[in-house]
Amino acid sequence: MRWLRKGRPLRLAWLLGLAACPVSSAVAETIQIRVEDLGFVPAQVSAHVGDTVEWVSRDFVAHTATARDGRWDVAIPADGKGRITLTRAGAVAYYCRYHPGMIGSISITAPP
Amino acid sequence: MRMRGTAALAALVLSTITAGAQGTKPNDAQIAHIAYTAGQIDIKAAELALQKSHNKEVRAFAEDMMRDHKAVNDKALALVKKLNVTPQDNDTSKGLVKQADEKEASLKKLNGAAFDKAYAENEVGFHKTVNGALESTLIPSASNPDLKDLLRTGLKIFQGHEQHAEHVVQALK
Repeated sequence: MRWLRKGRPLRLAWLLGLAACPVSSAVAETIQIRVEDLGFVPAQVSAHVGDTVEWVSRDFVAHTATARDGRWDVAIPADGKGRITLTRAGAVAYYCRYHPGMIGSISITAPP
Repeated sequence: MRMRGTAALAALVLSTITAGAQGTKPNDAQIAHIAYTAGQIDIKAAELALQKSHNKEVRAFAEDMMRDHKAVNDKALALVKKLNVTPQDNDTSKGLVKQADEKEASLKKLNGAAFDKAYAENEVGFHKTVNGALESTLIPSASNPDLKDLLRTGLKIFQGHEQHAEHVVQALK
């Protein structure tokens, strides 16, 4: 029920705005992060709430993108993809549970 | 005992690899065999850990070892097939297997926290030894570029395993 808290009126207004103006600059984007040679590339990205982050792996071993604050745990199969839609603003540090040396971060802000 | 075992393994691997079968550096068929054998040894150790351990962290580590070493060995098998190379058994592979069998026998006698500690410590030592051999001898000796690349990627993965194993050892203290 966290979505009922203070962010809701603003988000609702944004959603209504989107519905009224379908051709808006605030269309959600998909941000791709490459997973190669046991690293996230780029390691730091910026995104907005509502955007989708997609990890595309070229490694032959499986990985995860696991948020340190526990908000998500995305499986990235070998030579495969994993994705998550961002629902909350904040700076999220993440890592691979299988290879903890692999780290990245996403800076998530409210939609423009 | 553990340190003696690890030191003996390191000495064995480094001396036999460096010397090579006939006093020369190992060839690609031997390198492939050594790398594959090391992977199989760690998969077997992980299977034992999954049979014996109830520790969440140890089990998660063992599952990671199974997953990664299997993936690397599958890749290695596909590569030797593509290159039409038959992995060639050699003294280093034989020595690795002998040491691993002895270690397995001693691990099988342990239970609970004693097993967890011995398994995790052995994983640190084993990866340290194999990584050292990859870095100093196997990668420089490999002549096929695809094999060299696979060994380089393997080294990167196994260096992560070594750090992960060290973390498990610390967590068990």
